[in-house]
Amino acid sequence: MRPEMTAASLDAAARTSAERGALARARLLRGLLPALSLALVLLAIAWLNPRAISYFGFSLMLNLAIPIALATIAQMFVIAGNELDLSIGTFVGFVGCVTATWLKDAPLIGAAILLGSIGVYALLGALIHLRNLPSIVVTLGMSFVWQGLAILVLPKPGGKAPDWLLGLMAFKPPFVPFPIIAALLIGLIVHFGLMRTSYGVILRGSGGNPAALGRAGWSLLKTKIVLFALAGLFGVLSGMALIGITTSADANIGNGYTLLAIAGVILGGGEFVGGRVSPIGAVIGALTLALAASPLLTFMHIPPDWQVAANGAILIIVLAARVLISRKER
Amino acid sequence: MTSVRSLLTKPWIWSFIGAVLVWLATIAFTGGYGAGGMVTAALSLAVFTVIVGVGQMFVITLGPGNVDLSLPANIGLASAVAMKVMDGNDSMIVVGLLAALACGAAVGAANYLLIWALRIPPIIATLSASFIIQSIDISYGRGLQIKPPPGFADFANWQVLGIPVLAILTVLFTIGAAIALQRMIYGRSVLAIGQNIRAAWLAGVNVGLIRFLTYTLSGALGGIDGALLAGYFRGANVDIGNEYLLASIAVVVIGGTSVAGGKANVPGVWGAALFLVLLLTMLNTFGVSAGVRLLLTGLIIVGVITAAGGQKALR
Repeated sequence: MRPEMTAASLDAAARTSAERGALARARLLRGLLPALSLALVLLAIAWLNPRAISYFGFSLMLNLAIPIALATIAQMFVIAGNELDLSIGTFVGFVGCVTATWLKDAPLIGAAILLGSIGVYALLGALIHLRNLPSIVVTLGMSFVWQGLAILVLPKPGGKAPDWLLGLMAFKPPFVPFPIIAALLIGLIVHFGLMRTSYGVILRGSGGNPAALGRAGWSLLKTKIVLFALAGLFGVLSGMALIGITTSADANIGNGYTLLAIAGVILGGGEFVGGRVSPIGAVIGALTLALAASPLLTFMHIPPDWQVAANGAILIIVLAARVLISRKER
Repeated sequence: MTSVRSLLTKPWIWSFIGAVLVWLATIAFTGGYGAGGMVTAALSLAVFTVIVGVGQMFVITLGPGNVDLSLPANIGLASAVAMKVMDGNDSMIVVGLLAALACGAAVGAANYLLIWALRIPPIIATLSASFIIQSIDISYGRGLQIKPPPGFADFANWQVLGIPVLAILTVLFTIGAAIALQRMIYGRSVLAIGQNIRAAWLAGVNVGLIRFLTYTLSGALGGIDGALLAGYFRGANVDIGNEYLLASIAVVVIGGTSVAGGKANVPGVWGAALFLVLLLTMLNTFGVSAGVRLLLTGLIIVGVITAAGGQKALR
C-alpha cells in the first residue's frame, strides 16, 4: 500500500491550485446535482402550466410525496449499510393494511403489531449479518411474507384510516403546502441524526469500511440491527402517511415503492456501496420522482403508460450527468 | 457407499431431496392420488423457471453485485412481441420465436450498455432498464388479445407418456449450458471473472466481451421464456413475468450457486425449480388461502437461504 500512497500524495502536491479549484467545482456540482434535477423538473412544470406553481397546485402535485420520501429514507438506511431492501414496498403495503384496520379498531394492538414489525426488521438485520446472507434474496423472500400478511389482514381493499391520522395528513399550514414542510422536516431530522451525530458516523462507516470499524471495536452486528430497525421505522411511518392520504388500504398499495425508493436514493446522490448516502438528497430525489412521474407527464400530454419509463429515463439521465462530472473530478 | 457419500457432498443434491420430500408430503396428504400428474405439472411449470434461472445463474456467477432485475419486464415484453409477430398464424411460429429471442437479446445488450457506459452497478442499470421496458410493454401490449397459434400452444403443452416435451428440450438445453460452463472458454471465463475480475483480466480474459455476452444471454433466455409462457398459458400479458424475479434468483441460490460469484451449478437450478413449483402445488393441495401461501413461500425461501447461507453476500 505504501508506495501507492506516496505516489498519490506526490500527485496531490503536484496539482496546481487551478486544478484543485476545478476539482472543488466538480465536487460541488455533483453535490448540487439532485437539487438541479428537481429545479429542472419544476421549471418544466412552470413552463408547461404556470398555474400549477401555486399553494393549491403543489399540495395536489406533491400529494403522495410524503410516503415516497419516507420509504426512500427507509431504503437509504439499508443502502448505507451496503445492503438492499427489495421488500420495502410490500412492507409499506402491510403497514397500510394494519393502519386501516387494527390501528383504527384496536389502537393498542395495532401499535403493538407495528412495533413488532420494526422488531422483525431488526432481526432481519441480525440474521443477514450473522449468517452472512445476501440481503437481496432475504428481502425478496420477505416481500412475499409481508404481502401474504397484508392479504391476511385485509383480504379485500377497504378499511379506514384513524381519524387523527386523517386530520394530520390534511393539515393546511399557511403559505407553504404541508408536503413541502414535511419533506424538509424529514430531510433535516435524518440529516442531523445520520450526518451530524457521532453514532451516525459509525453507521455510515459500517458501510464504508466495515473491517476498519470492526477492528476499532464497534459491533457490526449492532450497526446492522440499528440500520435495519431504522428502515423498519421509516417504512412504518411511510405506510401510515400513505393511508392518511388515501384514507383506505389495499394489500397491493405499496408494491411500486420498492423500486421508487431505490431510484430516489440513487437520484439523491447515494452510492450503492461504501456508506455514501445523503438524507436531504434522498428526499429531493423522492420529490423529483413524485413530480416527474405524474404531473409533468400529464402537462406534457404523455399517456400514463409512460410514467414508469419517465422514472427510468430520469434515473439514467442523472447517472449519465454524474459520470460526466466524475470524469472531471479525476 | 462412497458414491452415496460423494453425492451428498454435492451442493445441488439438497434441492432435489427437498423437492422429493415436498412431493411425498403432498401425496401423503392426498393418499397417493395424482402423484404422477403432479410430477407432469411440476415439470411443465419448472421449465420456465429453469430457462430464466440458467440466464440469471451466469449473470450472478460474474461476481458480487451482478444480477439481472429486468427479467420480469423482459419476459412480459417478449411475450407480447411473440404473440404479435405470430398473430395466431402457425406458419409464423419460428419467426415469432426468433423475434422474442431478438427482443430479449436486445434488452440484455442494452443492460450491459448502461452498465458499461454509465459505470453503474448492474442492479441499478437493470432496474432503470426494467422501468423503461415495462412502459414499452404496457404501451405496446395494451389490450393485446391475440391468442398463440394453435400449433404453438399445442407444442408448449405437448406431452409424451406424461413427460412434457418442453421439459425434455430444456433438459438438453441445460446439459448444453453445463458443458458451456465447465468445458468451454466462455464458461471458464465467466467463472474466472467471478472469482477475481482483476486476475481474470490480467490472465487475458476479455472481461468486457464476456460480461456483454452474459447479459445478452440472460436477456435472450428471458425473451424465449416469454414466448414459451405466452404459448403455454395461451396469451401474453404484462404481468406474465412478475413471479420470475424472485424465482430466477431463488433457484440460483437454492441450487448451490455461490452468490459471491465464481461458482455455478446447473443441476441445482433444476432441483430448486422443481422444489419451488412442488412447494406451491403442496400449499394449493392443502387448500391454504392466497395470503397463507405467499407467507409460507416467503418464510420457506428465507429459511432455506438461512440454512444454506454462510457465504459472502451478493452485495
